[in-house]
Amino acid sequence: MCRGRAVRDLTHRLLLLLPTLFGASVVVFMLLRLVPGDPAQVIMGLRATPEGLAAIHRDLGLDLPLWQQYFTWLGHLLRGDLGQDYRSNVAVTTLLSQRLPVTLQLTFMALVLSLVVALPLGVQAAVRPGGVADRVAGVVGLLGISIPDFWLGIMLILALSLGLGLFPSSGYVALSDSVAGNLRSFAIPSITLAAGLAAVMVRVTRAAVAEVLSRDFVRFLRAKGLPEGQIIYRHVLRNASVPIITVLGLQFGYLLGGAVIVEQVFSLPGVGSLIVNAALERNYPVVQAGMLVVALMFILVNLGTDILYAVLNPRIGAAQ
Amino acid sequence: MTLLAVKDLRTEFRTDGGWHAAVNGVSFTLEKGEILGLVGESGCGKSTVASSLMRLLPGNARIGGGSVRLDGADLTALPEAEMRKLRGRRMGMIFQNPMTALDPAFRIGGQIEETLRAHLKLDRATARAQALSLLQAVGIAAAEERLRAYPHELSGGMRQRVALAIAMSCNPDLLIADEPTTALDVTIQAQILHLIRSLLVKDRGAGALLITHDLGVVARVCDRVAIMYAGEIVETGPVAAILGAPLHPYTQALLRAAPSDRAARGQLPTIPGRVPPLTDRPAGCAFRERCGQAVAVCATPEARARHLPMPGREVTCVRHAA
Amino acid sequence: MTVVAVRRRFAIDRGTGAGAAIVVVLLALAAVAPFISAGNPETMDFNAILTGPGGAHPLGTDNFGRDVLTRVLFGLRVSMAAAIGSVAVALLIGVPLGLLAGYRRGWIDAVIMRPTDVLMAFPAIVLVVALAGVFGQNLGLMILTIGCVYAPIIVRVMRGAAMEVGTALFIEGARARGASHLRVMVRHVLPNAISPVLVQASALMGVAILTEAALSFIGLGVQPPTPSLGLMLSEGRSYMGDAPWLVIAPGLGIVLAVLGFNLLGDGIPRLFDPARRVRS
Repeated sequence: MCRGRAVRDLTHRLLLLLPTLFGASVVVFMLLRLVPGDPAQVIMGLRATPEGLAAIHRDLGLDLPLWQQYFTWLGHLLRGDLGQDYRSNVAVTTLLSQRLPVTLQLTFMALVLSLVVALPLGVQAAVRPGGVADRVAGVVGLLGISIPDFWLGIMLILALSLGLGLFPSSGYVALSDSVAGNLRSFAIPSITLAAGLAAVMVRVTRAAVAEVLSRDFVRFLRAKGLPEGQIIYRHVLRNASVPIITVLGLQFGYLLGGAVIVEQVFSLPGVGSLIVNAALERNYPVVQAGMLVVALMFILVNLGTDILYAVLNPRIGAAQ
Repeated sequence: MTLLAVKDLRTEFRTDGGWHAAVNGVSFTLEKGEILGLVGESGCGKSTVASSLMRLLPGNARIGGGSVRLDGADLTALPEAEMRKLRGRRMGMIFQNPMTALDPAFRIGGQIEETLRAHLKLDRATARAQALSLLQAVGIAAAEERLRAYPHELSGGMRQRVALAIAMSCNPDLLIADEPTTALDVTIQAQILHLIRSLLVKDRGAGALLITHDLGVVARVCDRVAIMYAGEIVETGPVAAILGAPLHPYTQALLRAAPSDRAARGQLPTIPGRVPPLTDRPAGCAFRERCGQAVAVCATPEARARHLPMPGREVTCVRHAA
Repeated sequence: MTVVAVRRRFAIDRGTGAGAAIVVVLLALAAVAPFISAGNPETMDFNAILTGPGGAHPLGTDNFGRDVLTRVLFGLRVSMAAAIGSVAVALLIGVPLGLLAGYRRGWIDAVIMRPTDVLMAFPAIVLVVALAGVFGQNLGLMILTIGCVYAPIIVRVMRGAAMEVGTALFIEGARARGASHLRVMVRHVLPNAISPVLVQASALMGVAILTEAALSFIGLGVQPPTPSLGLMLSEGRSYMGDAPWLVIAPGLGIVLAVLGFNLLGDGIPRLFDPARRVRS
């Protein structure tokens, strides 16, 4: 009985997704068309040749009406063809597939790092208000959102890399080449990216756990004589997980955005630095493709969070 | 030996102006196999007594004095780790609002089993079997299916039964029930009270402290009753005796104010005045201003002395001084 | 009026007070920068390249001999302009749209929220980077871009608050008295629903400063020789091994500015909610 409703909610959510995806593709499409002048000229930049320009006109159908161009483009998109980087003559999909793993690794490591710090800190801060953990959580929460991630990265490079020589100051080592080297090259970037997320998650965790602690059933659990650790880490955390996971999903957008900057600072060849460099060079097809990929990742994560919420919800939501 | 002996219990709350006693020198006893009712208006401190016995006070409260002896051992002196072993094992407690008493994220069966496994160290299969028989004992139909249910799938009355099952799962000697039926329908009330009486007290020989503001509940199910006012116990004795011949002016006023057939027409008598606030308790008898039978001595500390006009009855009122 | 009395009246606690103080000081510094500093932030002195803090140059000089303190002060001007400008743009766009969507509901709501949801499908930085790439780098356009990209958040928050207030009974009363929709929205819904929007707006100030700095850092923002704190960080990065002050000073400037706005923003709910007033 609870299940049927959940399934209907889910299909409803998936259907709502389609107009958003559609709209996002329109936005990305229009990006190139916003630039004044001949799009083909813009795409080729300084390396424009008459033959090249003609080829682009043909490929993108630039002489056709705008809406036809859009649908051609969309058609290519749905078939997995993200277009051509006309400057390097490489298919964009190839570029992306090389760079996506880097961004994913960075994002994942930052996520894990920030949760490892934020969750225990937030729980402890809520359990002992006014105690050490609470005050540290307050400071972390405030500083983490006030410090620019690229500056934190630079400071860390100054201290850990130039100062102590522990980590490389930039550059990327592939996993296939050296696991240790790979982890070391990701160390400072992940910490940098994790800081902002940790700040937000500490605040949310503390608030969520504090709210659950004030509920009646926690008193009853104590009256049952359960060990405090079991009460906090099994019962309270499970109940507090809903708002925590919800915020985590929303913050994924922050992570992706932050990755864009951090990749640039540390010269990591990910999707983020691809977008930035392409924007600097006015290489619009690449910018467009990058935006699409990032938007898709974000939308999927949000959908995942919604699903997770719906799964946890029939139990918790209905009771409230 | 007396199961529970509370002597001069004093529980204080921290306010802006310092510590104030919400429970001010409370004493009573409870034997195995008996149900003691603790009656009083809202704010008289009866729930605080319950929390003090279990030592589950909020952060801004502390036990300021007195002793609580369970089978002779003083609970107020125990370290927290020892106290935790007693809770749920030798002392069980159920609360007023069954709708919020259970963890909404876990199934009923699991919540019963975890108590059993925490205290009795049972293995999973045995715990599950025990949980099943407990659910059946508290009168939940289709107990087998209900084990896998979540709290939000059960009604208030059923949740209170589950709470009771959890509280008695390890065969405690003492059950503390803080207004267990206030939030329930009248018919369910009767069933829960009956369960407490027959299951716990008759079958297992436990003692129960039943906290309520409803004299009807007391009449129905308690053996003895203690009347509480403004943080102190003003009268104790067997239920029939107290209800039939109350000695303390407050008890008399309470009984007069209870709706009955006689007062069906005409105004319900009330007690004029208000309960003095926590921070402003008078030096002598707390009920003096509203008493109507007060004399000069009532304003002095002597008025707080306890007297035993008859065996088994205690009263805190100078009018009954020997 | 004594400090204590002012604090009580406006329900300010230590953190908010500190935040307000920081913001006021920084704003003042930014405003008077041209008058109090050593002069032009772009003056180069090749006799004083990469000197450390002290003496004529309290924060040192950079690789062109430019005074770091002066450049930081002027960079602050840019940051403050970015903060105030972007948030003003975001509010100007977001408040009316959110108010309309939350109060009128129905198809107006759908028409406004569809594009808003679409824009929110992109992480803000990605949109800003892409748009900066399209529109080029002047400060005004950048402020406009940042404001537009963050407007959807304001729309959402305003809409949520407006929905809640819009269903309150006193609104029905106002309509029953014959007030037009516009009048009800502006006079009744807006003042009561504005609090969460203001909290979001102050958080946005911090974010706007960070965004401008990030854009300038990666080269898509303010262009040299105009000083911007982010730009100073990227320029100073090449020399930071020998001249760490080049990256420490501007960074601290950013942190201070954002911190000030965040502290201030945390105190806004208290201002509006008498129940949460701090007892001193």
